[in-house]
Amino acid sequence: MAAPQQQKLKVNGPVAVTANRLTDGAVVWRTSGEGWSVDLAEAAIVTTADDAIALLAAAQKRDLDAVGAYVAPVVIEADGSVKPGNLRERIRVAGPTFELPH
Amino acid sequence: MYAYDEFDRAFLAERVDEFRDQVVRRLSGALTEDEFKPLRLMNGVYLQLHAYMLRIAIPYGTLNADQLRRMAHVARTYDRGYGHFTTRQNIQFNWIKLEELPEAMAALAEVGVHGIQTSGNCIRNVTTDQWSGATPEECDDPRIWAEILRQYSTLHPEFTYLPRKFKIAITAAAHDRAATKVHDVGLRLHRNAQGELGFEVLVGGGLGRTPFVGKSIRPFLPVRDLLSYIEAIMRVYNQYGRRDNIYKARIKILVHEIGAEAFAKAVEAEWEAIRGGALHLTDEMIAEIRGRFIYPAFQALEDDPAELVEALKDARFATWYRNSVHKHKVPGHSIVTISLKPVGAPPGDATADQMDVVADLADDYGFGEIRVGHEQNLCLPNIAQKDLPELWRRLDAAGLATPNVNLVNDIIACPGLDYCALANARAIPVAQEIAKRFSDLDRARGIGRLHINISGCINACGHHHVGHIGILGVEKNGQEFYQITLGGRADEHAQLGTLLGPAVSYEQVPGLIEDVVDTYMELRAGPHELFIDTVARLGVEPFKERVYAAH
Repeated sequence: MAAPQQQKLKVNGPVAVTANRLTDGAVVWRTSGEGWSVDLAEAAIVTTADDAIALLAAAQKRDLDAVGAYVAPVVIEADGSVKPGNLRERIRVAGPTFELPH
Repeated sequence: MYAYDEFDRAFLAERVDEFRDQVVRRLSGALTEDEFKPLRLMNGVYLQLHAYMLRIAIPYGTLNADQLRRMAHVARTYDRGYGHFTTRQNIQFNWIKLEELPEAMAALAEVGVHGIQTSGNCIRNVTTDQWSGATPEECDDPRIWAEILRQYSTLHPEFTYLPRKFKIAITAAAHDRAATKVHDVGLRLHRNAQGELGFEVLVGGGLGRTPFVGKSIRPFLPVRDLLSYIEAIMRVYNQYGRRDNIYKARIKILVHEIGAEAFAKAVEAEWEAIRGGALHLTDEMIAEIRGRFIYPAFQALEDDPAELVEALKDARFATWYRNSVHKHKVPGHSIVTISLKPVGAPPGDATADQMDVVADLADDYGFGEIRVGHEQNLCLPNIAQKDLPELWRRLDAAGLATPNVNLVNDIIACPGLDYCALANARAIPVAQEIAKRFSDLDRARGIGRLHINISGCINACGHHHVGHIGILGVEKNGQEFYQITLGGRADEHAQLGTLLGPAVSYEQVPGLIEDVVDTYMELRAGPHELFIDTVARLGVEPFKERVYAAH
């Protein structure tokens, strides 16, 4: 399986740009203020391929804050909240789907 | 245990300092990610879905108690309190911060542990039988030869940028616990008619998207020629292996495309030119490596001591004993497997506290030695039988005495989509749900030996092709689906499983597996016919008819 970074860009709905924070690998989302946030609610959401490419290109200009940026699908709920658009992104946001050893 | 010398310790300390500097330069922006990534990978540092992952090599699956305690310390101090033992006898820490990695590595290096050769297109950590040095089945201790290969291959400049990663496994017992036939090179140590030690050499085995069972290219290679012959194989692979397509770059593709006979001919020609050179192993070299393996000073003990006979009156102890204790080459001693598969827990995970318990038990009863098997369980290879009852009590108290070794819920599973950036589907929760279906261990024992292997993608880290029941996660239209194969095996009779039928959904997998097992119970010739033998006798069709009729 190719990682999302290696796959052809497909935009069929709302998307955001996500990456991993350099210092600890935490999942981060590109904001409209050209920064990164660990909160998906603060992500810049776009709906066209051109806008997604532009958002991704801006995110990739500097690789000191976040690495491995790619475009990920999101879902906008009826109340306006933003949720991850597929299982992979749900797991990235919420962590493993089972109880961790303790 | 192998005793490292001052050279090894100094080398590791320098390596950690080098990595510490690389991290500083990366965090300051002096190194770009493109520049830094290959450097971190050469130290076993991956970036996974949610965090960095540090993979640590456990050479030929052998650890001492201090090393395991230090791993517990790293898990507790720099991670989330647990580690994951892998199908290549390594351990992975899933939540380490980049900025703290040099400290974690320094702590590990102090006890001779590192992540070198756990990533990248090099010769990876050489694996072998976790019962090495203890089982009466072996003709020699295969770790001697694994250590020779380790010293030869570590940072070998000619083999640091191979077409793809390269995995070698060694067995010295008739029953292959090291899955040698599904490695790039498999070595079967045995004696010829003259009583001399040598290797049968297999090449081109492997799993992943194009699975193959290895082909034998030399029935007997004298042990003194091990390095020159391996170098000849590596050179042929390095020269002819494809570098234009990552999916066709493993040696198995080369062997398949040109044929084992032509490949062997090329190797033999290369070998003729180098066999008498610097790589020829002298008796002195072999004796020096052999001498660095320090074996326990076993007491002269009888089998079946009174303490053991008395303890066997306890049904719970007796059940564990029959499942997890195996014959040792020295009378009065046993090999103990510690299941890391408590029903419903992530396969292969151990908490820091459990690691400390195992380290203490190894010190108290097992000459300080611990092994890791590719089945993702631990092993105490040298336990006096008189100590088994107390050992069991302490394992049981730590949740480490589940008597399910080699049973249906001793499931091998890769980290899958819950951790891995390459995965398509989850593996660990599937294993947990299947294990729960067979939580009645009396029922599991009635089923008998049955290996289930689960991979979350075609890269096959869960070795699904060689599971008696193999489960492969795939993605279809954003949903997880799972292909089921039957009849695979990783032992000396290695073969790839046969596809049962169409893929099924995540929710359907546990029920389908239960139906497969129930079908086996109805079709088997008797309680002594193992699952794998019933599948071999009947094929997959009777299973397919029954299982898909129900789903």
